[in-house]
Amino acid sequence: MTAPSHRAFDTAVPLDVPEDLAGFETPHPSATIGGPRRVRLGLILSGVFVAFLIAASIAPSLFTHFDPLVGDFSEGLKPPGWAHLFGTDRLGRDVFARTVFGTRYSLLIGFGGVAVGLGAGIVLGIIAGQRNRILDEAVSRLFDMLSSFPGVLLAMLIVTFLGQGMLNIAIAVGIAGIPKFGRVVRAQTQLIRDADYVTQAAIYGLSRWQVFIRHVLPNVLVAIPIIATVYIGSTILIVSGLSFLGLGPQPPTPEWGVMLAESRDVLRVAWWPGVFPGLAITATVIAFSVIGNHLQQRFEGRLA
Amino acid sequence: MSSVWSQKDRVAPIVEVRGLSIGFAGANGGKPIVTDFDLTVSPGECVALVGESGSGKSITARSLLNLAGEGARTAAHPFEIMGRDARSFGEADWRKLRGTVTGLVMQDALVSLDPLRTIGQEVAEVISSHRILTDPGAIRDRTLETLGKVGIPNPADRALQYAHQLSGGLRQRALIASAIAADPDLIIADEPTTSLDVTVQAQVLQVLAERIREGAGLLLISHDLAVVAGIADRVIVMRNGRVVDSGPTRDVLTHPRHPYTRQLIAAVPSGQSRGSRLASARFEPGAVDTTALAIVREPLPQRQAAGAVVLEVEGIAKSFTAPKAVGRTKSVVLQDISFDVRAGEVVGIVGESGSGKSTCAKIVLGLLPPDEGEVRLLGEPWSSVAEAGRRRLRRKLQYIPQDALSSFDPRYRVKDIVAENLPGSGSRGARRERIVSLLDLVGLNADYLDRLPRSLSGGQRQRVSIARALAAEPSIIVCDEPVSALDICIQAQVLDLLAELQSRLGTALLFISHDLGVIEHLCDRVLVFQNGRIVEQGATEDVLGRPQHAYTKSLLASVPDIQRGLRADVAAA
Amino acid sequence: MWSRIISRLLTSLVVAWASVTATFLALHALPGRIQDILAGDVEYPGLREAIAAEWGLDQSLPMQYFEFLSRILRGDFGTSYVLRQPVIEVVGSQLLPTVELALTAGVLAIVIAGLIALLTAGRGRLSRELASFVELVFASTPVFWLGILLLMAFSFNLRWFPVSGAEGWSSLVLPAITLALPTAGLLTQVLREAMEKTLDQPFVTTVRSRGVGEFIIRWRHVLRHALLPAVTLGGWLIGGLLGGAVITEKVFGRPGLGTVTLGAVLTHDVPVVLTVVLLAAFIHVAASTVLDILYVLIDPRLRAQ
Repeated sequence: MTAPSHRAFDTAVPLDVPEDLAGFETPHPSATIGGPRRVRLGLILSGVFVAFLIAASIAPSLFTHFDPLVGDFSEGLKPPGWAHLFGTDRLGRDVFARTVFGTRYSLLIGFGGVAVGLGAGIVLGIIAGQRNRILDEAVSRLFDMLSSFPGVLLAMLIVTFLGQGMLNIAIAVGIAGIPKFGRVVRAQTQLIRDADYVTQAAIYGLSRWQVFIRHVLPNVLVAIPIIATVYIGSTILIVSGLSFLGLGPQPPTPEWGVMLAESRDVLRVAWWPGVFPGLAITATVIAFSVIGNHLQQRFEGRLA
Repeated sequence: MSSVWSQKDRVAPIVEVRGLSIGFAGANGGKPIVTDFDLTVSPGECVALVGESGSGKSITARSLLNLAGEGARTAAHPFEIMGRDARSFGEADWRKLRGTVTGLVMQDALVSLDPLRTIGQEVAEVISSHRILTDPGAIRDRTLETLGKVGIPNPADRALQYAHQLSGGLRQRALIASAIAADPDLIIADEPTTSLDVTVQAQVLQVLAERIREGAGLLLISHDLAVVAGIADRVIVMRNGRVVDSGPTRDVLTHPRHPYTRQLIAAVPSGQSRGSRLASARFEPGAVDTTALAIVREPLPQRQAAGAVVLEVEGIAKSFTAPKAVGRTKSVVLQDISFDVRAGEVVGIVGESGSGKSTCAKIVLGLLPPDEGEVRLLGEPWSSVAEAGRRRLRRKLQYIPQDALSSFDPRYRVKDIVAENLPGSGSRGARRERIVSLLDLVGLNADYLDRLPRSLSGGQRQRVSIARALAAEPSIIVCDEPVSALDICIQAQVLDLLAELQSRLGTALLFISHDLGVIEHLCDRVLVFQNGRIVEQGATEDVLGRPQHAYTKSLLASVPDIQRGLRADVAAA
Repeated sequence: MWSRIISRLLTSLVVAWASVTATFLALHALPGRIQDILAGDVEYPGLREAIAAEWGLDQSLPMQYFEFLSRILRGDFGTSYVLRQPVIEVVGSQLLPTVELALTAGVLAIVIAGLIALLTAGRGRLSRELASFVELVFASTPVFWLGILLLMAFSFNLRWFPVSGAEGWSSLVLPAITLALPTAGLLTQVLREAMEKTLDQPFVTTVRSRGVGEFIIRWRHVLRHALLPAVTLGGWLIGGLLGGAVITEKVFGRPGLGTVTLGAVLTHDVPVVLTVVLLAAFIHVAASTVLDILYVLIDPRLRAQ
């Protein structure tokens, strides 16, 4: 066979057609029109707030010089002002200091709960996501069973068995979260298991194990931090509820839920102890949700 | 013929638009997406709007319904619909117009009809919401009458069914019925036959042609000049939101003024383009006459003669059993399929959807075991051995899928995609050199090494996919509709690339396509699949030139063709 | 279609059975003697022996299991040793106020979510962004904090509603709103997102091209599609309402299951907590079974399979 000049077919542009026509290809207009141009402001604010939260949980004394546990009785129930930014509680403790110091408990228990739930969820979800009907059925029913217990009640049951405290509450919330995480991981595994590029890898001659290690597992795992961020907010929400019920850290720990529970006794005379810790919870949950949703959208856009 | 209409009788046009421009706030840098567009459609006339994806043809058509999309800004002078100035219309005026004056038929009825409502409910909606009829019995009668009009048998039974329960052709007819139930003056059909098999496409076009004969105007939007050749009185060719060519169908198709239109016509693969480069096509100056297009193409390099048998498929059969819930019905997908492919040969498989061609590809690729029969690769058992036994031969059999993007691991860059299929180890530098030379082979340079496939265009992705297949130095490549998702000009380039590489490297190709033109352009031999069987096979010229089987004949007759379309037009006149 | 429904019912039975079994196994897997676990903080002579007899602890494990199963089938959930009365009586007497609260809040949440979704989905950008922000805020607000805020505003300051108790409708208003708003926030998010996804479907363009008005499009076509993902949330909704009711009752000092459960958790009254949790699981399984069947009825594509 006579080898043609190497580039002959690359430049096979018709003689009477302008050069740009041959390579003409633009995305469909629907891809560019009306696409939601999200306001980035929310995302930036959330990022800054989460950075503050992390700083406050590592080094809370950077933000306040008050002791969160010891107060001055004579300074009890002072309204917010220059001396005490968020006012003081019944025992004269600075509410701002307590809120700042409380960050670490919410974040720690929240992340701990997600870690427990996601850890178990990853293992179970990947097992269920394989092409084994019996395993899938068994694990899926396990998820059904676990999720039929309302999260708060299941966590309460576990705390009844294990006793109150920070670690136990993280475990309880984590176990209650297993079906949620497990199902997400299972769906993600199935999606990738059936993806064309996994079929393609079989055509290369990779063994099933190689395909799993090289293509399936990494693509499941890249989604994990995103799943964690999406769910950290709702986990913190449940944790604060359980603390409010007195099942988590005990007074005088400056945990936000505990602080709000304590505030109920003084609500008639002082609004501030009942407002600021709640504001902290809500803002934290919003910030994590905004970041999580943003990551998820970007991730899904990448897959699409 | 109908084009005489507009000239002879001077009927008042349904739509008259001059200098139409459409833009979106914040999109396309504030510039309009469509500019300077003129359109007149009269009763009994068909105007075709032709262009590739992104040409703005759909948005233009939808602007006639004020449905171009959220935030669309439309300007034109004049913009008249049924003699009324549409620029002064409010949303309520437009709503009154929709369905009664203008009816819209979109692509793929499966998603264009509400899947949770019956065909009958969908067709009746336009009648009841405009209060054309209020009596439920009368609405029902009109619904059934309309379903009958578009050729749906047993309308009373079909009206109670949902879109997913109907075949593709019936579904599309139901969608047309829902658009014409209130007898609109203008039917806007946006790629109404694009997802359909050719035989069904011909029938659906007939239904639309019938509407024109009844006096409706038709604005037909298509990416395919051949589809519109037989039905349109006038053609408007759009590109990048501008009209590049327009006029009576015959003039545009035989004397295309704009180079883009010429390429659109010349890049269509067919029997005449065999052995030549599609993208190199041009018109011979002065050789253009009114009856035939004189297209000159550069030849492809000399082909190698067919060598030893690479792939043998012997009597394979496959059937699937539906789950118990559906009653364990057994559907036969493939039956008694035998053929072989020799080195250096291009064998085509052509068939409509559901003919079993993709299942056949899966069996050949060793992704699905056949129920009966055997596949042998390079003289060794293939389908009958376990996957571990096949692995050694895997690189000899490669695959180019239709959707290249989804076949790439989203984390991988171009170099990783190609590298994964490179045999042996070799030094890092040597491998990199090999990847660069493979990319070079498919017309991409080293700049593409670190690109993510998402950032590539469709044609470039398919090139990477070809480079990946070639990296394994295969004896045979299975290509499953590799150019079906591409626009015609890109399709021409990719086909040229495949043909070029095939003749240089002598790799055998098993080429699956629904498009007879592509098969005719590229393949030495062809297998015609119908309902899981091979109804006819042989050399491409014989099978497609002198078809023996009735199915092949009907398939060939249904393929839209510019020449035939124009001839039919002449005959009708 | 029927085979689908029957298989769904069977699955629910399996899940219900599995939750009972898991509870039994968990009880036995815990360190320490069952007698000690069940007795909780209560101590009096003869108590351990009484528990051992009631639970058949002298028998083999499989026999204990069958005994446990058949007792639950008979509706006998054991005795609270703290309250010294059958658990089913304790729980039964407190069930009504909780169900009342959860149901009112649930209906309220669905109405709010449906209305907001219908009015804002696919409308102008401003109203959409405003709605999504409000949803996010409510979905992120802890139930108990919302309760505290409402108490401060409407009970302490405006004195419109009683601070606590469960007498008459006025004592139900604040707890129901408290429980409904965060639920509605999440539900609206899901519903609106589903509606917006549906509004992008080609068939909506077809419906528009028939000259159908925007509200009718949403009401007749889009809402039904959006209900599908919302229905799958039904199970979660019920679990959330029951769990939320426990917390809400604590805030407003309402009698009910929550108060009982919380008391039981703090006194380690295992039989009571166990019963409440199992009961909630049964309600959850039953309700999500009904919803799943509803799902099949809404979508003809599933009916055909």
